[in-house]
Amino acid sequence: MSDAAIHIHGVHKSYGRREVLAGISLDVPAGSRLGLIGPAASGKSVIAKLACGLEQPDKGEIIVLGEDMVGKREVQLGPVRRRIGMLFQNYALFDFLTVERNVAFPLEQRGGMAADEIKAKVTERIKSVGLAGSEQKLTAELSGGMKKRVGIARATVADAELVIYDEPTAGLDPVTTQKIYDLLTADQVRTKATVLAISSDVVALAQFVDEIAFLYQGHIIYRGPAATIADAPDPLVRQFVRGELEGPLEDVRKAQT
Amino acid sequence: MIGGKFIEGVGASTLRVAQEVGGIVVLTGQVLRALFPPRIDRRELFKNLYKMGNRSVPIVVLTAFFAGGLMTLQAGPFVKKLGATSLAGWGAGYAVLREIGPILIGLMFSGRVGANNTAELATMTVTEQLDGLRSLAIDPIRFLVVPRVIAMIVMLVALTILGDFVALVGSSVVAKAMLDIDFSTMYYSFVDNLTPADFLHGIYKSIAFGAAIAFSSCYFGVTVRGGAVGVGKAVNAAVVAAAVSIMLLDFFLTYLSSH
Repeated sequence: MSDAAIHIHGVHKSYGRREVLAGISLDVPAGSRLGLIGPAASGKSVIAKLACGLEQPDKGEIIVLGEDMVGKREVQLGPVRRRIGMLFQNYALFDFLTVERNVAFPLEQRGGMAADEIKAKVTERIKSVGLAGSEQKLTAELSGGMKKRVGIARATVADAELVIYDEPTAGLDPVTTQKIYDLLTADQVRTKATVLAISSDVVALAQFVDEIAFLYQGHIIYRGPAATIADAPDPLVRQFVRGELEGPLEDVRKAQT
Repeated sequence: MIGGKFIEGVGASTLRVAQEVGGIVVLTGQVLRALFPPRIDRRELFKNLYKMGNRSVPIVVLTAFFAGGLMTLQAGPFVKKLGATSLAGWGAGYAVLREIGPILIGLMFSGRVGANNTAELATMTVTEQLDGLRSLAIDPIRFLVVPRVIAMIVMLVALTILGDFVALVGSSVVAKAMLDIDFSTMYYSFVDNLTPADFLHGIYKSIAFGAAIAFSSCYFGVTVRGGAVGVGKAVNAAVVAAAVSIMLLDFFLTYLSSH
């Protein structure tokens, strides 16, 4: 755990009677790119929120960028959150701000940068996600894919040490998806940031990350190289990645119903 | 069996109300704590002052004018009958400054501004915008709630002062048009019989009403659960809570001032 940017150990998290995470353990080494996949509602976004301190676990240990995230007050989590960039599944863009101000927001709030410096960085970032010309639009005027790209620009504008992407390419066409992953790769190579990426598009994700972990029924049941994920030894993972209708995933589902 | 269910229902309702009152008290504490040191986002504050105050002026002016006129219309026939036209202004002014002005404008403000505020905050909550702020190490209470609370209290007081003035004008216009009482008679009736205490009594109430509307509307906005249905329920709960709070506060403030 010494060189892990994210260290999660024995974490439990329930919502009502439903246990989403059942003693999960996951380490993301500093400077690496880990992909997290799993069936819908398996708790992937919960892990993202736990890593950012937006949710607290019922039990377990979470250390992010060397800071203990458990049992901390909001104000105590501020310094570590400033080192994290996060893209939310549902964008979480501020609808009272324009595209430009959404992207500039993290830099403005952190302080320490001149206004023209912020403006230049924001313009470059908006251009890099293919939204040049949309700076003055309100987020309500954007399509889902455009919102996603604004979210990516906001998550990466401050060159955070740890970036968490929750479904970075959902709603994007294949060409834009490839462009976005190229951008994220170039960004990560430049900043050496640690990346945790959650995605349902396993094929595209596998080109971006080094390793992929599979979350299933509250546990990480598999973790291995991204390049060979489609041939993973675990039949559950293979079926999920290949999108096969018949297999152990369906057997479990049928048994549960 | 039926009695048991009734008691269960009363108990559940009591618990829910206690939970909501407790939540509003906690939010009040968080807002007060966020004021020290007072790092308020000026852009948010001025935006809310404009949105909540300036845009409420037409509806407040309209309502206050006719409310003032109504006071004169109700009291006018008795005043004329008793030949006490010099008291017409006092009757209308006393009711307007102490009760009708703050209550009516408070309720209008709650319906227009409080409901809108709850809907806005609730939508931001369900679309994870508050989490977005937290992920950027920005306290949503300090950034979103504090400017709104300040704007609502300040603007309700300002609108009450404006509304009081317009209501007195309205009562004078109706007195002249429908009861043939001169403007000068009404003016001297106001000046001779009304005291600064009457005016201040209404202002104290508007501060309390503004705080009640602000805290209840923000509380239901930031604690919403569920999607669009949850937003609707939150707005409904905020408007009801504000209306009940206004009535209760009005009673207790009037009682305290008369003792």
